[in-house]
Amino acid sequence: MISEIFSITFITGLIGATMRMATPIIFATLGEILTERSGVLNLGIEGTMLMGAMTGFLITLNSGSLLTGVIAAALVGMILSLLMAFLSVYLGLSQHVSGLGITLFSTGLAMFIYRLHFGSPIVPPTVEPFKQVAIPFLSKIPVLGPSLFTQYGLTYLSWLLIPVISVILYRTKLGLKIRTVGENPFAADTAGVNVNLTRTLSLAAGGALIGIGGAFLTLAHQNMFLIDVIGGRGWVSIAMVIFGNWDPLKGAIGAVIFGFLDGLQLRLQGLGIQVPFHVFLMIPYIITIIALVGVSRKATVPESLLKPYRREEKSG
Amino acid sequence: MIGLKIIKRKPLPRWAKIIIPLCAILATLILSAIPILIARGNLWKSYYYLFYGALGTRYNLLETFVKASPLIFTGLAVAFAFRAKFWNIGAEGQLLAGALMATWVGINFTGIPKFFLLPIVIISGFIAGGIWASIPAILKTKLKVDDVVSTLLLNYVMIHIMGTLLFGPLQQPGSSWPRSSGILEAARYPMLLARSRFHLGIPLAFLAVLIIWFINNKTIFGYQSKAVGVNIKAAHFGGINTTSVILKTALISGGLAGLAGVGELCAIHYHLLMDISPGYGYSGIVIAMLGNLHPIGVLFASFFFSIVLVGAHTMSRMTGVPTYIAEVIQGMALIIMLIFLLLTEYKIRVVRK
Repeated sequence: MISEIFSITFITGLIGATMRMATPIIFATLGEILTERSGVLNLGIEGTMLMGAMTGFLITLNSGSLLTGVIAAALVGMILSLLMAFLSVYLGLSQHVSGLGITLFSTGLAMFIYRLHFGSPIVPPTVEPFKQVAIPFLSKIPVLGPSLFTQYGLTYLSWLLIPVISVILYRTKLGLKIRTVGENPFAADTAGVNVNLTRTLSLAAGGALIGIGGAFLTLAHQNMFLIDVIGGRGWVSIAMVIFGNWDPLKGAIGAVIFGFLDGLQLRLQGLGIQVPFHVFLMIPYIITIIALVGVSRKATVPESLLKPYRREEKSG
Repeated sequence: MIGLKIIKRKPLPRWAKIIIPLCAILATLILSAIPILIARGNLWKSYYYLFYGALGTRYNLLETFVKASPLIFTGLAVAFAFRAKFWNIGAEGQLLAGALMATWVGINFTGIPKFFLLPIVIISGFIAGGIWASIPAILKTKLKVDDVVSTLLLNYVMIHIMGTLLFGPLQQPGSSWPRSSGILEAARYPMLLARSRFHLGIPLAFLAVLIIWFINNKTIFGYQSKAVGVNIKAAHFGGINTTSVILKTALISGGLAGLAGVGELCAIHYHLLMDISPGYGYSGIVIAMLGNLHPIGVLFASFFFSIVLVGAHTMSRMTGVPTYIAEVIQGMALIIMLIFLLLTEYKIRVVRK
């Protein structure tokens, strides 16, 4: 048993699984960071991921193109986030409740559309999923090659997005706008920034990433749509945003840690260990809560998160 | 360009607070036509069977009461917590905690007459749910951990605790399914009306509505809990021990959700199952909002949802519209209610810029 755990194949497999399981969380965490930095908490994330997963799957099955599926998932994520923008930004409704409303609505909608389209088949329909791509040369490195550099295209994309979003947030005018709107919308408004529009665009861009994160689960990690395919990964991403203190790199590190725990439980199950698999499934969630305990006291929340912007209500 | 302008309006009279949820329900039912039409269901037939399925026969009507019972409990649980701005999204996990505890008591406490065992089962389920809800409350008050996130994550922890036990020590001997042994006869809720599943949990839910109404309106704690919700800093400076108030609020909220689980176990399933709750905890959020966080409102909102959930089955059988329409309606109802609630405080003007 112990020797199995320390074998090269196990470790290679574990690193590979870690990065694979981290992918949807990285997408969703980055999307949520972008959104929250502009001052909006998007609790629609869990339902948006599910709609992304369902749409990506459905469109791929019908069009035969995985890329079309991913784009469709991004679009659906965007549309749902625009609904969130309408409710929480333009109408200024409670971000908590609007987000939960969107999650409940899109969860129902995803299952409704799936059932409408497929009925209740005994064998769920499947797609031909993404294949892992080996990067030339790098994939030849022992251990790291077959694990880190033989991944899905979407996984590489998620890594690429970490520096891209960091640069956008910290080094561009657009990023400065987003952050100011999230910290002090009144100052931003005075400086001529359209607060509501900036928030809407941040939501839309974040929603696209969240949708893609969902699609990864049905188009790469698995090749079918199951109702519990997201299984709380959206909420985990919200936790990772806090864990990473609203920083893309730190948030992604959190996502990789969660991916490691998730990958570890998959691998240990694979070894046929005689511990109920639910114990393993529980561990990532518990560690996430413990991690939150560690960071929450010194978290620097965007100053205007949860606050709708109404020019007339300065004191509010 | 066209924009929206949101202007504060004068407070509306009391009757508006009753009219507005009704309008929201009406709007939801009208908008439900969209998914029905997408599913190529005949509109009138669909609406007819939605209501016939829930209210048309004696059995169906009583089933609507049966379904309303857990919804009232989770709706009250969420409403009571939200009123104090304790964002308890964890009613689902607390429900399961209650069901789990009731299972353990209901299997192991042999030789106790029903008259004594039932209160023990009910109270232990209440306590289990309350304790599960007090974890995020402690994390919130002592360690500043966001309650939305912790209550949500704890739902998944509880599902997996249940899974561990149902595939392990609690699994029915000889069963290959994740389900517990049946609970003792003495731990089962009595059925109150013949030829139906109208059980003890239904009057208990009505009783809970009354008790929560009493706590909210007639006790100092109810006042303090509301004060914390309106402005926690002001409540603190006003001499209220906010930590203790939030903790007590969480205990009661979680306990109520736990009772939903006890009812499902002791009156409907008798065995603990992985899918003992089809998301009653999440429905509780919608019900609480639709009921305007008021216990009487929760009661009516629960019946609305119960009608939708029970009726959706008949509608699905007769018209082919998937039963998940109930979940779609639920999500729509929450969003629509939010917009209608906004209209109680603000006017929306479309303006040209």
